[in-house]
Amino acid sequence: MATTQRAGKKQRQTEQDGLTAVAEALGFDEETLRGLYRKMVLIRLFEDAAQRTFRQGKIGGYLHVYSGQEAVATGFLAAFQEGDRAITAYRDHAHALLLGSDPKAVMAELFGRGTGLVKGKGGSMHLFDVANGLWGGYGIVGGHIPLGVGMAYAERYWGSDAVVQLYLGDGAIHNAAYHEAANLAGLWGRDGLNPTLFILENNQYGMGTSVERATAMTDLAAKFDSYAIEHEKVDGMDLVAVLACAQRVTERVRETGKPYAVEALTYRLVAHGAGDFFEKYRTKEEVRTWRERDPIGLFEQKLLAAGVADEQGLGAIRDEAKQIVDEAVRFADESPEPPLEELHTDVYADAE
Amino acid sequence: MVQAPERSVTAQLTDDTRLDDGGMPQKSLVEAIHDTLLEEMRADDRIVTLGEDVGRRGGVFRVTAGFLEEFGEDRVLDTPLAESGIIGTAIGMALNGLRPVAEIQFLDFIHPAMDQIMNEAARIRYRSNNDFSCPMVIRAPFGGGVHGALYHSQSIEAVFVHTPGLKVVAPATPADAKGLLRAAIRDEDPVLFLEHKKMYRLIKGPVPEGDHDVPLGQARIAQDGTDATIVTYGMMVHEAQKAAAEVAQETGASIEVIDLRSLKPLDEWTIVESVKKTAKALVVTEANGLCSVASEVAALIGEAAFAYLDAPVMRVTAPDVPATPYSPPLEQAFMVDAEKIGAALRRLIAY
Ligand SMILES: Cc1ncc(C[n+]2csc(CCOP(=O)(O)OP(=O)(O)O)c2C)c(N)n1
Ligand SMILES: [Mg+2]
Repeated sequence: MATTQRAGKKQRQTEQDGLTAVAEALGFDEETLRGLYRKMVLIRLFEDAAQRTFRQGKIGGYLHVYSGQEAVATGFLAAFQEGDRAITAYRDHAHALLLGSDPKAVMAELFGRGTGLVKGKGGSMHLFDVANGLWGGYGIVGGHIPLGVGMAYAERYWGSDAVVQLYLGDGAIHNAAYHEAANLAGLWGRDGLNPTLFILENNQYGMGTSVERATAMTDLAAKFDSYAIEHEKVDGMDLVAVLACAQRVTERVRETGKPYAVEALTYRLVAHGAGDFFEKYRTKEEVRTWRERDPIGLFEQKLLAAGVADEQGLGAIRDEAKQIVDEAVRFADESPEPPLEELHTDVYADAE
Repeated sequence: MVQAPERSVTAQLTDDTRLDDGGMPQKSLVEAIHDTLLEEMRADDRIVTLGEDVGRRGGVFRVTAGFLEEFGEDRVLDTPLAESGIIGTAIGMALNGLRPVAEIQFLDFIHPAMDQIMNEAARIRYRSNNDFSCPMVIRAPFGGGVHGALYHSQSIEAVFVHTPGLKVVAPATPADAKGLLRAAIRDEDPVLFLEHKKMYRLIKGPVPEGDHDVPLGQARIAQDGTDATIVTYGMMVHEAQKAAAEVAQETGASIEVIDLRSLKPLDEWTIVESVKKTAKALVVTEANGLCSVASEVAALIGEAAFAYLDAPVMRVTAPDVPATPYSPPLEQAFMVDAEKIGAALRRLIAY
């Protein structure tokens, strides 16, 4: 016990040493690191485009973007292996893009087109891409948490060593669904039957309600203690820290079949929803302070400092990402609406 | 021929449900609800309101804007994301002298609280020898047509109508929103108060000042007619009136439109009297049809006015698919609207 604790400490020290040490420990070459940068930039530009087209009326209903939180999913999904599963709430575009969904199909879904990930039936909050391991974005907050825990049970039942990455927000953790599911995860995990990696994205607010105004126990990671699920916190704005943490804890869950929880401290740099102008619950000052730790900017600095990329190289990556996003918007815009018959399909196995 | 047994219906409440609207202020639905709740809370300190973001943010639809500033945190409670907790604790408050008005941010999110509503709130009176009641209001935006997709569009009122012990209302006009909200708050039993989210800002109308009450269980005749009756509620009242106007112009038929306002208790008297007069009935709901409020109204007409009918009772409802799809054309195909109501109405008139 003592030795593993010491080993853990040493590893964490390495995480703080910065990009080069972490990359070396993880076996990431320079190309991989630049690839991670490309992914984060792609997400940000994709989200910008989604908000822009929302304002143009091309996307309707409700749209929630991931801007500011990129390092969390990018870091954790870097540890995702074939056969693993991811499940999240409604802030789900990034997860789809990172798992390999075609940006064109994701944008087309946001536009409600027949070429979208789910033929336009779901829209922004309800992506689904099983082939790539995305078991859904869910608009009912908390509703997906037991689903993730159940999927994790089934993985061990079938004898696989897959891990379920279960993303949830700081708001969702107050819902009964979380508490029931976390208890089961802890219980089943005691026997090595629950490889759930809870990734608690604490972006400080659930809509307009801050963590302090939602619970008297503001150490959210500690809520997992009640269910004997071990946990830690990570700086969710620092991709390097997330990468190191993610690799370590994912392997641990894979090996033990026991659930584990990471509270990623992060921030939503934009309004809760694209149609939301109400921001009175937080100060401009606070947003500005967090913006200084924009995860993309932070990673950029690290890449430059380590000599993994130069300004020109990063610029080229951004241009490339912009092209992909422009192409996705064009594709979505030009895609046909789904045929009306789709209203009645996909209801039961035996009927169309 | 065997004589069908007589089906008794609820008693007549009052003759005239029309509003003399001379000189009244015009308000949107959301303004009417906001102002009424505000006035009620000023007048009665037993009333508290609780829900997600009802306080500092004033509600996602701004129904409780300014309430926190006026009434403070003891009466305007921002809750965490915990529907079962919101409703369950509201029941407890109602059992202990308060008159909670709980907000469920969208009716789609009410499901985690279903146990508290159906198993607890609805049964308190029955299981306590009538010693206790549960005087609470649950406000919830419902309905589609706003591209809300799977989880921001639902019309699941039938589930609550199916639960004895609950009352359910769904105003179609700002004036009725005022009258019904006052009645709901004053009622000694739990009332689900449904607010159509598409109507919040779209529908404006005169709202009487002062003590304007609409009794629970009384329908409103939205327009008189003699050749057919449309029975509906919520946003569909407006769609039905649009359809009725078009069909009237085309065919010269005179269409009566009944706005139920209360889904439980149901104003059976008004429905049956109207159908006895017109001999033709079209029942419209925005919800899917199977076991819906429209099913119930159609059954009532069959039981209580069969002998007066000149045509089978017809229904226009949403299709039985699991959710409102996001894609705008699919959503439009899903939604009941004036066009679909008009098509059915033409067939009914021609029958
Ligand atoms: C059951 C349920 N209740 C309420 C809502 C409305 N709602 C949508 S997002 C949200 C806040 C969620 O906060 P959090 O889990 O922190 O996620 P974040 O938006 O910060 O990503 C709320 C209350 C919902 N969608 N589902
Ligand atoms: Mg949050």
